[in-house]
Amino acid sequence: MPEPLVTAPTPLLQVDHLKIEFPTRHGTLTAIDDISFSIAVGEVLGVVGESGAGKSLTGAAIIGLLEPPLRIAGGQILFDGKRIDNLPAEKMRRIRGKSIGAIFQDPLTSLNPLYTVGRQLTETIRTHLDMDERAARRRAVELLQEVGIPGAAQRLDAYPHQFSGGMRQRVVIALALAANPRLIIADEPTTALDVSIQAQIITLLKRLCRDHGMAVMLVTHDMGVIAETADRVAVMYAGRIAEIGPVREVIKHPKHPYTVGLMGSIPTIGHDLERLRQIDGAMPRLGGIPTGCAFNPRCSEVFDRCRRERPNLLPTGDTKAACWLYDAASEKRAVETAHG
Amino acid sequence: MVKLATAQPGVLVPDRPLLQVTDLTRHFDVSAPWLTRLVGGGKRQTLKAVDGVDFEIERGKTFSLVGESGCGKSTVARLIVGLYGPSRGRVEVDGVDLAGLKTRAEQAPLKRRVQMIFQDPFASLNPRWRVKDIIAEPIRTHKLLDSPAAVRARVGELLSQVKLTPADGDKYPHEFSGGQRQRISIARALASNPEFLVCDEPTSALDVSVQAQILNLMKDLQRRLGLTYLFISHNLAVIYHVSDRVGVMYLGRLVEVADAKKLFARPRHPYTRLLLDTIPDLEMTGRARIPVAGEVPNPINPPSGCAFHPRCAFANERCRVERPNLRIADGTLVACHAVEEGRLPEMALAVPAA
Repeated sequence: MPEPLVTAPTPLLQVDHLKIEFPTRHGTLTAIDDISFSIAVGEVLGVVGESGAGKSLTGAAIIGLLEPPLRIAGGQILFDGKRIDNLPAEKMRRIRGKSIGAIFQDPLTSLNPLYTVGRQLTETIRTHLDMDERAARRRAVELLQEVGIPGAAQRLDAYPHQFSGGMRQRVVIALALAANPRLIIADEPTTALDVSIQAQIITLLKRLCRDHGMAVMLVTHDMGVIAETADRVAVMYAGRIAEIGPVREVIKHPKHPYTVGLMGSIPTIGHDLERLRQIDGAMPRLGGIPTGCAFNPRCSEVFDRCRRERPNLLPTGDTKAACWLYDAASEKRAVETAHG
Repeated sequence: MVKLATAQPGVLVPDRPLLQVTDLTRHFDVSAPWLTRLVGGGKRQTLKAVDGVDFEIERGKTFSLVGESGCGKSTVARLIVGLYGPSRGRVEVDGVDLAGLKTRAEQAPLKRRVQMIFQDPFASLNPRWRVKDIIAEPIRTHKLLDSPAAVRARVGELLSQVKLTPADGDKYPHEFSGGQRQRISIARALASNPEFLVCDEPTSALDVSVQAQILNLMKDLQRRLGLTYLFISHNLAVIYHVSDRVGVMYLGRLVEVADAKKLFARPRHPYTRLLLDTIPDLEMTGRARIPVAGEVPNPINPPSGCAFHPRCAFANERCRVERPNLRIADGTLVACHAVEEGRLPEMALAVPAA
């Protein structure tokens, strides 16, 4: 059955069957195995998963910052309809920062401690935009104002260490915005911050998306941040997408047993539970990913087919889940309907 | 005196809280070096990390401290286990003040009863030691068992208690995941048969699904072994899940202490309300949140009066001048002039009342 062609305009970012590998002494390990998704203009796609699920690697691959020996071993990444995964380094450098911005977790490591904030901003602006020093400085002040730094004109000549954690992250966001990118890869942008600052940064990101029509790929392990910010969410597990769909659907009615377990394991205020629902065991290491569905040893719904064949994303109503429960041809379904 | 100090663990005094903290204060000298001060004319500077904190924990219960980085919650934890000495005030475990015991030999029985679990399971286990030696260290230090065979058996038992296998004892910490390492930390903490565990952000470094495993394990152990917890976290949902009673800290002081259910259903202090309002909305109610401007001020030079007043919408002249103390309001302890004067409006609750 062909999918309805309602998404007529080309997505801003399209990732097709992306595969990322790295060689080790014991053979080649596959860190990202055949994942596909797209981000529309102005859309916020959340990517969640546990550490090691491959969410940051996916982001790094898109902006061309995979550290060797990691390499893209298959598939393609299209930005605005053009392939960017095979561009030479110099061409990619032009896109990174100009069309695609990046925000990383720790603001202290993404800023150079030896240069003033203003110098780092004007340098970025002048690298990507045709501006003289004075115009770039004016733009830098505007950017700092935009991200809510009080006294922007005076703070321009301050060094990163003179800012607090929350303010530093605002500077990093200003840097990412410097050349008006159309897509921002935000990798755990609020993880290193305190809760009250985290709320401020989330609100800021949401406002910037709305005002600039910017698309964001928001990588985080915090489902709460996703719930507040994203339009759609992709749940990753062991280098694959387990479930993808509109945020509200995935959070309220998760389909993949892993997502169900993940949502159940988050403590919520107002829900009095003696015990949290827990998924026993741990995510497999890269060298030991089981055959079939990678989640099968921990899954409460597991049946024969899960141990043999690897599921791809299957439609389940509003979301898609990589789970054989949602394939009409699965025996389990047949058994269930026979009983029902 | 010494007799009394080394109170027999078996002797239970009813109604006495297991932990009693009175006017606990810890100041750190953060001045520039002497010569720099002499040349540059700088003054001595004191960081009041913990500034007059009072609370108690009943036997078998969980008391939690919540607050943002720099509020002093970890310093309180370290003061209680004796990693720091207090500048002022007392920490009494079962009626005994650790600071009153001078020699290591006198301190040992008390230290055996109080153990700590740290935040980072990658930094708190010695990478050069096998897991069985890490867990056996408290047993050997406190000379709880004599024969190597008995120690081995006990280590195996402890590993099973935290849902690892006795065979895991032969491995090194790097062979375990974050969640498994935190289990090893818990096993080590339990090795000396403590009654009281101080848990400083025990799940903050873990993924949510692993966090659920550890929280469930800690609750099981509490029920089975009758443990008392001081639990420290910045994650309010985790606090809600584990706590009987909660203390909210801001810049070295407690601003509100209440039963967990009550605190979340009816927060009184404006800072508690701010914290509750920052919780990401997993229920997807689409409520508009009002982000609170401002950040935690520099603790070296805290604001006058109520330290929260520059960020508080309800602050008036009195708040800027006079520091509020904890007072009882409807069974909750709150340090806020606005609450005391009854000029604080009820909060539109973001969270369904428990």
